[in-house]
Amino acid sequence: MSMTGTTLRGKDLSKSYGRKVVFSGISFGVGPGETLLVTGRNGSGKSTLARILCGVLSPTGGRIGLDPDPGDNHADRVHLFGLVAPYLQAYEEFTAAENLAIATRIRGNVPDPSRISTLLDRVGLNNRKHDAVRGFSSGMKQRVKYAMALLHEPDVLVLDEPMANLDAEGTAMVREVMGEHGKRRTLIVATNDLTDCERFDTRVDLSGSARG
Amino acid sequence: MALRALLWLWLSVVIVLGLGLPMVATPAEWYELPVIPGLEDKARIIFFHVPTAWLAVVGFAMSLIYGVRYLRSKRIDDDIKSAASAGIGFMFCILATVTGAIWAKFSWGTWWNWDPRQTSIFVLLLIYGAYFALRSAVEGEERRATLAGVYAIIAGVTMPFFMFIMPRVLSSLHPEPILNTQGKLHMNTIMFIVFVASLAGFTGVYWWMWRVQVRTEQLHHRIGP
Amino acid sequence: MARAGRWLRSVAAVFDKDWRSELRTRYAISALLMFVVTTIAILMFSLGTEEAPPEVLSGMLWVVIFFAAMSGLSRTFVAEEERGTTMTLQLLTSPGAVYFGKLLFNLVLVTGLSAFTVVLYALFINGFVIKNVLLFVVTVAFGSVGFSAAATIIAAIIAKAATRGTLYPVLSFPVLLPLLLAVINATRLAAEGAVFADAAGEFQLLVSYIVVVVTASALVFEYVWKE
Repeated sequence: MSMTGTTLRGKDLSKSYGRKVVFSGISFGVGPGETLLVTGRNGSGKSTLARILCGVLSPTGGRIGLDPDPGDNHADRVHLFGLVAPYLQAYEEFTAAENLAIATRIRGNVPDPSRISTLLDRVGLNNRKHDAVRGFSSGMKQRVKYAMALLHEPDVLVLDEPMANLDAEGTAMVREVMGEHGKRRTLIVATNDLTDCERFDTRVDLSGSARG
Repeated sequence: MALRALLWLWLSVVIVLGLGLPMVATPAEWYELPVIPGLEDKARIIFFHVPTAWLAVVGFAMSLIYGVRYLRSKRIDDDIKSAASAGIGFMFCILATVTGAIWAKFSWGTWWNWDPRQTSIFVLLLIYGAYFALRSAVEGEERRATLAGVYAIIAGVTMPFFMFIMPRVLSSLHPEPILNTQGKLHMNTIMFIVFVASLAGFTGVYWWMWRVQVRTEQLHHRIGP
Repeated sequence: MARAGRWLRSVAAVFDKDWRSELRTRYAISALLMFVVTTIAILMFSLGTEEAPPEVLSGMLWVVIFFAAMSGLSRTFVAEEERGTTMTLQLLTSPGAVYFGKLLFNLVLVTGLSAFTVVLYALFINGFVIKNVLLFVVTVAFGSVGFSAAATIIAAIIAKAATRGTLYPVLSFPVLLPLLLAVINATRLAAEGAVFADAAGEFQLLVSYIVVVVTASALVFEYVWKE
C-alpha cells in the first residue's frame, strides 16, 4: 500500500485570547495511514486546535509543518483538509446536492454530478439529495457535513465530535469513513468520547495544557 | 517629571506671550504684534487653534502607522499605541473644531460656513468617532486591534480625496467662495516665534500625554481586568 | 495560468452563490426596494408642490441611494456570520477570491438599486430634470462602482462586530464622503446640462477613488477575513 499524502507536524503550538491561554506546548506528528486523537474536557481547546490544524485560525505561538508543503497560498492549504465539526454549517437555503456543487465551484473546479450523487448515497442521504438543508434534522445535517468534507478527497480528514447527532446507522457510516480514510491518509479525531476512536497512533490530551 | 515641568513652563510662557503681547497698528518695539484689521485681539486664537488642528492630524497619522504595525507584528503593544494616539488626537480634533468655529464667527460672522478647512476638520472628527465606535463594538482584543487598524487604513486612504473634491464643491455651491484670505496672517517675527513656540509646546504636550496614556494602558493590560 | 483560471472560477462561484442565495431568500432585495419606495414617498409628501433647486435635488437623490445602500450592502458578509458559514467559505477558497466575489455581488446590488431609485426619483420628484442624460448615466454607473468598493470592505469589518446595524453607516459615511460629493456635483452638472469636460475633475476623482479603495481593500481584506 503506497502512502502518499500529507504529514502534519505540530511544534510547540499555543493559542491565547488576550490573557486567557487556551493551550500551550502542543507538539505532535501524524502522517498518511496514521490517526491522531485529540482529547480533553469541554472547553480545553479541542475545537480551537482543530481549526488551527485546518488553517482557518492562526496559532499564537509555535508552528505547523506540512509535508509536502503547500506553500503560502491559502486555497492550496485548505484544499488538503476536510473538516466535520458542530460549528461548521452548510448553506441551508440550498439542497444537499447544491451545497456540494457550490463547494466544488468555489474551489475553482467543475462539479461532477454523478460523484456528488454517489457521495450523498454513501453518507446515507439518498432520498434527500434535492431537499433544502434547512429542513434537515441535525443528524442529516451532520451527514451533509461529511459529504462536504469528503468531496474533494482531502489528504487530511479532521473530525471534531465525529458522532454528534447521529443514530446507529450514522455512527456506522462514520466508522466506515474513518476506517477507509485512516488506512491510506491522515486522520485526526477530536472528541471527549474515547469509544469514538479506539484505534489511534498518537494522542494529544489538552486537559492539562493551559496555564493560568 | 522633568519633561512635565519643562512643558508647564514652556506653555505658560507661550500663553502669557500669546495673550499678553500688545497689538499695535504699526509695531515699533520688537515685542509688539501687528493688528490684523477686523480681527484685532481675536487673532490671538491662531496661537491655539492651529496647533490643535495640527495635532488632530498627527494623532490620526500615528494611529494609522501603529495600526499598520500591529497588522504585521500582531503585538498588542502596537495596538495600545495606536489607540492612545487616536484618543489624544480625537481630543485635539474636538478642540480644533471648536476653536475653528470660534475663529469663523470672528472672521466671517457665522460659526459654520463649509469652508474647506472647517469641513475637513469635521470629517476628521467623524472618522475619529467612527474609529472609537468600531473599537467599542468589537469583542476580543486581537480582533478589535485588527479591525481598528484596517479601518484606519481605509479611512486614511480616502481622506486625501476629500481634500481634492472640496474646492470643486465649494466653487460650485458658493459662487463667491468665502475662502479665508486671512488664513495667511502676515506674521512678523515675534508673532511667528510665538506661533512656532506654541506649536512646539502643544506637540510636546501631545507627546507627553501619549506616553502617559500608553504606559497606563500597558500596565492595565498586564494587571488584567 | 491554471491557477489564475481557478481563481477566476472561484470568484465567479462566490458571486454566483451569493446571487442565487439572494434570489431564493430575497432578503436584501426586498428590504432595499421597500426602503427606496418609502423614502421617496416621504420626500414627495414633504416637498408637496414645491420645487427644490437642482443642487438640493441632486444631493437628495444620493442621500436616498446612500441610506438604501447602507440597509442592504452589508448583508453579504453579515449573513455568513449570522448563519455560521464564514468558516465554510474560509475552507473553500482564498480570501482574495471571497473579496472579489462579494465585491461583484454588491456591485450588482447597488447598480440595480441606483437604477431603481433614479427611475422612481425622476418619475415622482418635482423638478428633477436632467439635461445631459449621458453624463448622468455615466455618473450613476461610476458612483455605483465606487459605492460598492467602499461599502464592501466596511461590510466585512462590521460583520465581525457586535452592533452591526448602526455601525455600518457610521463607518461608511466618512469613507464615502468624497465619492458622495463628487457624484452629487456631477449630477448637478448633468442636471444643468454641462458637458463632460466640466465634470472632468469629478470623474478623475471617481476613477482614482475606485482604484485606490479596491486596491487597499484587496490588500487589507485578508486581515479582516482570517483570524
